[in-house]
Amino acid sequence: MKQKHWYNYLWIWSILYFSLGFANILFAWLGLISFCLPLLFAIVGGNKLFCNRYCDRGQLLRFLGSQLGFSKRHDMPAWMYGKAFRYGFMVFFFAMFGNIIYTTWLVSSGAASLQEFVTLFWTFQLPWHWAYSGNVAPATAQFAFGLYSLMLTSEIMALAAMLYYRPRAWCAFCPMGTLTQGVCQIKCK
Amino acid sequence: MAVKRKARIPQEKCASCGSCLEVCPRGAISIFHGCYAQVDTSLCVGCGLCSRECPAGIIQVEVIS
Repeated sequence: MKQKHWYNYLWIWSILYFSLGFANILFAWLGLISFCLPLLFAIVGGNKLFCNRYCDRGQLLRFLGSQLGFSKRHDMPAWMYGKAFRYGFMVFFFAMFGNIIYTTWLVSSGAASLQEFVTLFWTFQLPWHWAYSGNVAPATAQFAFGLYSLMLTSEIMALAAMLYYRPRAWCAFCPMGTLTQGVCQIKCK
Repeated sequence: MAVKRKARIPQEKCASCGSCLEVCPRGAISIFHGCYAQVDTSLCVGCGLCSRECPAGIIQVEVIS
């Protein structure tokens, strides 16, 4: 049996992150760690050590799917791990991230008012007002609502993929994984 | 002639997520500079754990004679 390290327990962070955001939406800002760290590893180190070792989501999916056995382990269709879908999904995902920044800018400039909702799949608005007490600038809260929406949407997609396909099925088309692999491939040339 | 089983990973399809790396009991898999997973055939015993865990299911265990 492999020796356990401190980083084998990072899956707890996933649960903690969504719990904290349920209590206070401002904790959603911590989701930026999941954007910055993988990029830092790829740009500075030229590796995917974040995906390979430290990704809390990957670990949670493996824990639920593999260790607890919730995964049906169906084979994923080839298009789902193909380059067209991976890059297309990455562009879409980062366009949605850009949209969060744009909405934040609209709120900060006063052109739009704060939306105290968590939006799932860019469509379904869930009331989330209890998690915001109004003691920060509206734009700060808007970014938190937006980022939490993106994180929760992708987590649900990842969990659904884990249940039907293999445990870490999400990793086959994870936008951050595609981006960091692209960075590594450029660095490798 | 002895028949051996070895894992084979197609580089062009690999997302280098490291799922295979995590489960390999022999430490036979490494990620080449974040680009793809590669198998050290001198260590691989063809157990198939990596093939079972690969999210895309692209790892084949081949019989080599």
